[in-house]
Amino acid sequence: MAGFAALAVWGGRAEIASAQESGRLLETAGVSDVDGGGGGGLAQWAPITGYGTRDAIGANLHATYVGLTDFGLASAGASAGFYDRLEVSYAHDWFDTGSAGGRLGLGNGYQFHLDVAAAKLRLLGNLVYDQDSWQPEISVGVQFKAADRQAVLHAIGASSPDGVDAYIAATKLFLAESLLLNATLRATKANQFGLLGFGGDRDRDYSLQFEGSAALLLSRHLAIGAEIRTKPDNLGFAREGNAYDLFAAYFISKNLSATLAFVALGPIARQGDQNGVYLSLQTGF
Amino acid sequence: MRHWLFVCLVLACLPCTAPAADQLFQDLGGKEGIARISSLALDLYFTDPRLADSFDNINRAFLQPRFTAFICRTAGGPCVYKGHSMRRAHKGLIITQANFNAVVEDLEKAMDRAGVPFRTQNRLLARLAPMERDIVTR
Repeated sequence: MAGFAALAVWGGRAEIASAQESGRLLETAGVSDVDGGGGGGLAQWAPITGYGTRDAIGANLHATYVGLTDFGLASAGASAGFYDRLEVSYAHDWFDTGSAGGRLGLGNGYQFHLDVAAAKLRLLGNLVYDQDSWQPEISVGVQFKAADRQAVLHAIGASSPDGVDAYIAATKLFLAESLLLNATLRATKANQFGLLGFGGDRDRDYSLQFEGSAALLLSRHLAIGAEIRTKPDNLGFAREGNAYDLFAAYFISKNLSATLAFVALGPIARQGDQNGVYLSLQTGF
Repeated sequence: MRHWLFVCLVLACLPCTAPAADQLFQDLGGKEGIARISSLALDLYFTDPRLADSFDNINRAFLQPRFTAFICRTAGGPCVYKGHSMRRAHKGLIITQANFNAVVEDLEKAMDRAGVPFRTQNRLLARLAPMERDIVTR
């Protein structure tokens, strides 16, 4: 998981300015999400990552750690936004089973890994400028995901270690109200974001899932919000539920932000509900 | 002739039927507050290296009253803006989104210095944001 991003609002002290003509507003850079693309922590949002305007290139690096009841999840990745039109990203996730690995017969500290390569295209709208209409910013994207541990994934009933997600995301900033809303529809087969493979003995096929976010801009540097992400429930071996979070994103500068969240990811691998704390650092230009 | 009387009454009343000054205008500190914000913003515009190309050839004494009236009018205040439309005023200039955003950021900084609360700032910015389509020329 990577960051919760944040919204944007014209960014405050734009000390950065610089050769790249960093033009976009603080908080519009957003953060990377679980899947590495620009968005909230759980949800994928429409804006293209980084502070690039339509004349410039922006980029973002993230490092995230989520400490859960029985597991640890870490993510690191990079994304680049081109001319406020196209975003490409890559993320690597580590899923540490800790002592639950022993209980599951995998061995204490057994790890699953996931690679995510993704692209997002902005179709229409501008998050910040379109304040005189209901027009949201709308983007579509694809995410190519590859999990390791093929033998274990097969044993728990996953159909494949690889999968492709496709989504459409609509994000609207109500600047006069200092409020941001996002809604995303995702076609996916992923089990636990893909960490436990794709498809399963209960359901092999794509299903349509929803991601929603609401965030309030409290100051130029602080946004708080909540997100929900529904997930498929494909594996007979372990049920999977929806994920929720409450987050606070602090924009230290245009180049650095930190997000702290309380997450509830639902049950994972028969270990009961997994709640925890999410911390993400993002740097971008 | 009763309808003439009616028309006269309506005409006489035009000034009082003009919309009452917007709450945003009040929240920005009225004419005085907006004049201060405007002056602080221009201080920044004329020294911001990102805007040097845009403001180098502009006479501040010419711009300041127009800019003040424009912000006042945009905030719903009882001011008359006699300048050109945003599209006409920026026609033929080379203005990027980065330039536009720099102007907005400096305005935010000016409002910070004038003590305008963040959420009040956003209400003004929400009215200025769509002007990007008229102001940015490339």
